[in-house]
Amino acid sequence: MNEELLKVEHLTKKFEDNVVLDDISFTVHKGEVIVIVGPSGCGKSTMLRCINALEPVQGGRITIDGDEIVYGSKNLSSLRQKIGMVFQSYDLFPHLNVLDNILLAPMKAQKRKKDEVAKEAVELLERVGLRDKAKSFPRQLSGGQKQRVAIVRALCMHPEMMLFDEVTAALDPEMVREVLDVILGLAKGGMTMIIVTHEMQFARAVADRVLFLENGSIIEDSEPDTFFESPKTERAKEFLNIFNFERSKEK
Amino acid sequence: MPDLGLDVLFKGKNMIRLLGGLWVAVKISLISVAISIPLGILLGIVMTSKNPIIKAVTRVYLEFIRIMPQLVLLFIVFFGSTSAFGINISGELASVIVFTVWGTAEMGDLVRGALISIPKHQYESSAALALTPAKTYIYVIIPQTVRRLIPLSINLITRMIKTTSLILMIGVVEVLKVAQQIIEANRMSSPNAAFGVYLTVLLMYFIICWPISMLAKRLEKKWG
Repeated sequence: MNEELLKVEHLTKKFEDNVVLDDISFTVHKGEVIVIVGPSGCGKSTMLRCINALEPVQGGRITIDGDEIVYGSKNLSSLRQKIGMVFQSYDLFPHLNVLDNILLAPMKAQKRKKDEVAKEAVELLERVGLRDKAKSFPRQLSGGQKQRVAIVRALCMHPEMMLFDEVTAALDPEMVREVLDVILGLAKGGMTMIIVTHEMQFARAVADRVLFLENGSIIEDSEPDTFFESPKTERAKEFLNIFNFERSKEK
Repeated sequence: MPDLGLDVLFKGKNMIRLLGGLWVAVKISLISVAISIPLGILLGIVMTSKNPIIKAVTRVYLEFIRIMPQLVLLFIVFFGSTSAFGINISGELASVIVFTVWGTAEMGDLVRGALISIPKHQYESSAALALTPAKTYIYVIIPQTVRRLIPLSINLITRMIKTTSLILMIGVVEVLKVAQQIIEANRMSSPNAAFGVYLTVLLMYFIICWPISMLAKRLEKKWG
């Protein structure tokens, strides 16, 4: 097993009196792909947001490379450079074209040279099949294209790991594939990732480990084949059954 | 061809006087706009505050200024300041005060609207890209706010220029007042002058406001 990259210990998150994450602990090793599944409202997205300190937490510790990530702390910007995050709603900057969307953070947050970053950005765009869109504005792109740009934008920061928060949930079915293929490519390249998704086949294909989350707790932590073939808990079985359909009429 | 009395315009310095009157109107609106925009931006930022007292006070200010006819505000400031406080201010100063108070309220509401229309996600994705809050404002939030704001504030400028036609009521000799004076002075020689002179005033307002309004439309399209 590779060395530890991200460690979540006894993470607790409440919205007022409502406990959303209840004493969550897990470790992510370098190169590992973790997929988090679970019913809506179980805290999957909130957990990703806590890892990137977009939400304050009420207890526990999150560390990356041994440095603690604390909501509102001064060194947050340097820690966040290690974590790329892609959201469900793409969140490109509408006033900037694709290339400038990608260049903004490497130039302003990392103070890198424009030429160097632009060269890399174009290469990455090429890799996701969007080289000809570099000068387009977000409003001229389809959802799938926007999401691929958002992935490139995060990658251009050279993160040590990526967080994907239901990145295909807002997409038309035929666009889901093009985005998932990009993520599968990253997995092959050895990128460490935590992926929240409702695409079960994709989850099985990409995951090294599957975490099943319910009511703010990790109920199962298994290899994908184990999880999808013979889940240990009744709740996981029930959850997986939602995705199976039986023929309603006899042939 | 009916006699529109246009010949009056070419008598003596009448045309120059009309243009001078137009300048008074434009000057008062430009000064008011120049003061209203920074004050309005401040007010708009304050209005996004979550503090209920600040919210209530700014809301009352905005609604009060909007509901009041501008003419009444002009009378209160111009005549009221003299009778109540014994201060004697010029009509032009009173106009600038009223237009600034009005413009600040309107501008504040535009700024508030533009600020709250920036989705929360824009802040979060900037944070996730390791941009500090200050850089997020400079490179992400303010550019978007300004793009939404400029067309709207340009429209506010044209509204102000048009509304300066009220200030003749407190004795400011602007374009409409000059027009009246010209018509009065030539009542005997050109009894039909009213139509031609007022038509000229109309055209002057149009020539000033139309390009501004076109500019706003173009910017809106470009950034919309």
